[in-house]
Amino acid sequence: MNASVKPAANLKYSASHEWAKLEADGTVTIGITDHAQEALGDIVFLELPALGRVVKAGEECAVVESVKAASDIYSPVSGEVVDINQAAADAPESVNADAYAAWLFRVKPADAAQCATELDGLLDAAAYGATL
Amino acid sequence: MPLRTPLYDSHLAAGAKMVDFSGWEMPIHYGSQIEEHHAVRRDAGMFDVSHMCALDLAGPDSRAYLRHLLANDVAKLTTPGKALYSCLLKSSGGVIDDLIVYFFTAERYRIVVNAGTAVKDVPWMRAQLDGFDAELIVHRTDNDDPVAIIATQGPNARERRTTANDSVAMIAVQGPQARERFWTAFPASRAATETLAVFQAAEVGDWLIARTGYTGEDGFEITVPSADAAPVWQKLLDAGIKPCGLGARDTLRLEAGMNLYGQDMDEGISPYEAGLKWTVDLKDAARDFIGKAALEGKNARPVRNQFAGLLLLDRGVLRAHQKVITPQGDGEITSGTYSPTLNQSIALARLPVAVAIGSEVEVEIRDKRLKARVVKPSFVRNGKPLI
Repeated sequence: MNASVKPAANLKYSASHEWAKLEADGTVTIGITDHAQEALGDIVFLELPALGRVVKAGEECAVVESVKAASDIYSPVSGEVVDINQAAADAPESVNADAYAAWLFRVKPADAAQCATELDGLLDAAAYGATL
Repeated sequence: MPLRTPLYDSHLAAGAKMVDFSGWEMPIHYGSQIEEHHAVRRDAGMFDVSHMCALDLAGPDSRAYLRHLLANDVAKLTTPGKALYSCLLKSSGGVIDDLIVYFFTAERYRIVVNAGTAVKDVPWMRAQLDGFDAELIVHRTDNDDPVAIIATQGPNARERRTTANDSVAMIAVQGPQARERFWTAFPASRAATETLAVFQAAEVGDWLIARTGYTGEDGFEITVPSADAAPVWQKLLDAGIKPCGLGARDTLRLEAGMNLYGQDMDEGISPYEAGLKWTVDLKDAARDFIGKAALEGKNARPVRNQFAGLLLLDRGVLRAHQKVITPQGDGEITSGTYSPTLNQSIALARLPVAVAIGSEVEVEIRDKRLKARVVKPSFVRNGKPLI
């Protein structure tokens, strides 16, 4: 594993290389991991979900395109898309620069208990790091 | 076991990310593909192209053999060192490979073919030698190279065994400052190469220095004995030339509108449908080259498609195999990417012949239809957008 592609300690991770962060207001912010941006190479286009779209955990709802390839992004939790990172869409290279700062979209769970279960099912930093 | 070029260790030392390419372990980039791309458009970059296969053709019938083998006509090569781009065709008119042939004398030529196709090209070329007094020598770059094995095990008695001394490395140095930086690294070569015309090469000692490339920029492609490869690479690095991977090589050639064999054309496609009619030389009506009957005359195969460029007008990235919807029928993208120079997505596509340059078409990307403009398949040359 490359030292430069470490996961951040306070996030949860999917096996498909998304990160999820539970915010104080109960929404979940989602992005791709540093390992994912490293593997994709120069990112040139983000296709983000429509605001108000209702997604299920595991559903594909965004696309990250690098010069090399297009990669589907899956929502790790169920809920409604309440925010997208337009600044990142306007400057896709910001995901390469800092994949944990350049989030992609934010989901408001319909059911906090279900969301907690979904987050519990994700990997912590150590477990995700071990898959790389 | 993947094949490695003589520059494998140099790539690792430069921080390359290595990938498999046609059985070869090659650098895809050394950090940022886009920075490498811009280096070639704005200054100078270099690529290890040793995975491509160099062959020498020698003997009294060399010229007659190539006039039969190739769709382009080597008869127009009269200045020593002059190069020619040509398709190698099947009798069906399909493209076996595209290649560059360098003329030295009517009895001596250098041929460079693609990496992945060498394994079929060499037996094909050898089979066509029948009846011609000429021999084909493969310059292998790796002991495990299957092409080298074919060359040494072939039934043709005239084909000598290749030895370690035949092993060569090839480096493409490309960009507006490429030649100046090359001369900074190798000042003694300046006199012999300063006056080279585009598509012309000079033999300098045991090096071949050619003013050719695959990026749409000026520069040289140099062939050196394998033993010289790493020190030459280092001197070029010291002269400020940026190492560039296959990723940048692909976006550069796409912007230049150059076909990639296996991607934009193959054995099922005629040069007339791959934008390569200009390389099929019919001037000498008496010349009978392989594939001619399938391209011309009353039994010629119909030409239904044209090779065109696409410029994406909406946001997104065009990719190979996406469907192109036009009023004249559907077409297909053969290569697509994001163009770092234009900051827009571009593609090469096969479209029905009736689709006009300048017209607007739609491309199916996932569940959407995005707008694209049909353009001539050349987007950037010598650092300047042509669109």
